[in-house]
Amino acid sequence: MLNHERLPITQRRVQMMATCLCDAFYDDVAQATVEVLEYLGVEIEFPEGQTCCGQPAFNGGDWEASRKVVRHTVRTFAGDLPVVVPSGSCAAMLFHGAPLEFEKESDRASVDALGRRTWEVLDYIVNGLGVTSWPGRYDGKVAFHRSCHSRGTATGEAATRLLGSIAGLTVAPFGEGEQCCGFGGTFSVSFPNISSAMGTLKLDHIRAVQPDALVSADMSCLMHLGGLAEKDGKPIKVLHAVQVMRDALRNGGLLGPGERR
Amino acid sequence: MKFQQIDQFAARLKADTRASVHSGSKAGHEKRTAVLFDHYADPNRLRAIAGEIKQHVVENLDTYLPAVEAKLQSNGVTVHWASTAEAANEAVYSILRARGATKMVKAKTMVSEETELAHYLEKRGVECVETDLGEFIIQIDGDHPSHIVKPIIHKNRREIATSFERHGLGAYNDDPETITRRARAHLRHKYLQADVGLTGANFVVAESGRIVLVTNEGNSRFCLAATKVHIAMVGIEKILPRDRDLGLLLNLLARSGTGQQLTVYTEFISGPKAAPQEDGPEEMHVIFVDNGRTDVLASECRDILRCIRCGACLNVCPVYRQASGHAYRSVYPGPVGAVLSPLLAGKQFPELADLPKASSLCGACNEVCPVNIPIPDLLLRLREKGKREGSESAAAATPPMGAWAVMATQPAAWKMALFGGKIMNVLPTKYVPVPALQAWQAKRTLPAWRGGAFRSWLRDRARPAAEGGSANSEE
Repeated sequence: MLNHERLPITQRRVQMMATCLCDAFYDDVAQATVEVLEYLGVEIEFPEGQTCCGQPAFNGGDWEASRKVVRHTVRTFAGDLPVVVPSGSCAAMLFHGAPLEFEKESDRASVDALGRRTWEVLDYIVNGLGVTSWPGRYDGKVAFHRSCHSRGTATGEAATRLLGSIAGLTVAPFGEGEQCCGFGGTFSVSFPNISSAMGTLKLDHIRAVQPDALVSADMSCLMHLGGLAEKDGKPIKVLHAVQVMRDALRNGGLLGPGERR
Repeated sequence: MKFQQIDQFAARLKADTRASVHSGSKAGHEKRTAVLFDHYADPNRLRAIAGEIKQHVVENLDTYLPAVEAKLQSNGVTVHWASTAEAANEAVYSILRARGATKMVKAKTMVSEETELAHYLEKRGVECVETDLGEFIIQIDGDHPSHIVKPIIHKNRREIATSFERHGLGAYNDDPETITRRARAHLRHKYLQADVGLTGANFVVAESGRIVLVTNEGNSRFCLAATKVHIAMVGIEKILPRDRDLGLLLNLLARSGTGQQLTVYTEFISGPKAAPQEDGPEEMHVIFVDNGRTDVLASECRDILRCIRCGACLNVCPVYRQASGHAYRSVYPGPVGAVLSPLLAGKQFPELADLPKASSLCGACNEVCPVNIPIPDLLLRLREKGKREGSESAAAATPPMGAWAVMATQPAAWKMALFGGKIMNVLPTKYVPVPALQAWQAKRTLPAWRGGAFRSWLRDRARPAAEGGSANSEE
């Protein structure tokens, strides 16, 4: 179980970790994270020196390399503000993975401390801020993929709760929801056959409910599933949950139109 | 090595085999979930308690082992200690020789798979018949089990019917009832002819010296009905402190393993036949087998010794479902095997160090484990060990992390890469000689590179005063 103790939220001010995937590919997800949090009156700091949470090397077994990156992240996110991340996976790296690889390190305490103030963004909104329903409107049917790094954490339930409360939006359950999509970080390239077979099974279940979009709290799963679907000639629209929430605000006239890319 | 062996095995797997493994394990998982959540309000709490009990045993084996030995001896059982597979097999053989025994029937036991007992005995002229139906089919096929609880999950009934025909067990008939009836008729004779019955033990209780066996076919009872000698071959981690712990562990074992409330047969054996009993073995031996377990105990992965061999982690595992148990090249497949097999391999660890890589770390195994073993964490620890020890099998097809670590610790270099990466949008990326990129693109498209776009947006936008606070807040 990945659930962890978090420090209670006392003020609406956070540090944001964009994640390397949003930095490189999914800028609109990072932008939606900012817009959604600012709508809730949360002030955002973006430490410019941020890079990656350190997970690729951690999962690959190269803990020495990973610890260097985690140490950089600890330095970059100094202070005591909550760190909010639009990814269950990167959040879990900071509150579960990093403490594991720092068990015998002398600077373990600083890594543990960062873990205790790290929140996946939906978890932060629901369980940190106490926001349990989402205003605005989003007409359509989505399939919500519960990414594995939110297994045992509060993220899955938080996402279902928020998405389910949006006017006009239906969240369609699909078969074998507990199964992994097959991404798994370096697993996706070390085990390409198994990884893609897992993804294809997931896509079959998702397509069966004919959603307008596939939604998750992790862009890594969506990059894999979306990429598989496109390669297969049957592309599927993928969205992070915060994009749906941001669009709901826009559709409800609760947020300016912004600049869409 | 260019490829991961398990991924290659999965790619070459026959469609029939994959379908059998997939449907069998999926059905097992669904039954487990239904029966566990139907009957218990909070099964996860029970899993946690069971995990604590077994962890307590693992942490205190040094006191439990002598205690259980003394109790067994006072119950009239002869206790043997075997530190290796060879020693365990020798212990069995010496008991057989002392009785002049040449025929043995055996119930299903994973530890005897570890020691390859049947082969060992057959080479010495002892007939050693597997009586669990699945194991019997494995034996006549010269195959290996591919699942801890359902050894023939990889076979369909047509293959089994063909094996029976080949083995002289009647003309081809793939009706499961007919297959079972034929096996039963064949095995009943073997029970009557055997001198010795060998079983494993699902649990050995320290306070009472009780051995607990669970089966659904009743074959372990038959193994002990007509024979004069009972040998139980047991891994040293199988101990439970108290009889009352069985209430929890038996309920979780059956529900997790086969989706039953309890197995059809649950036997409690406290020693050889007592004076007033007419039947039953007059001699009972327990062979405690180490075979690498104390090394596991000394490692950072000792939690894996909690395992009660239910197979729930195999059933739920998406990688196991795609690759099948034989992909793991060892006695224990699936998530538990990916941890246990390389550890039990001792000095051969590097050869099996690729097993812990065969996981997306999805955590489903931990979620279903009746003793709550943190399998993903153990897989990660073993990946680190594999890397540290320079295992080639583990390193296969794994992207090197050196350059990434340099970039990810230097913000200026990181930003340059973010903007520089845009070249990917114009380059034909399928020719970029980076193996990870090639492997990705063989199966999936890459999204457009938009490196630095978010940072530019954040910098350039006019910062309006936050207008929030209007969402439904329950603070």
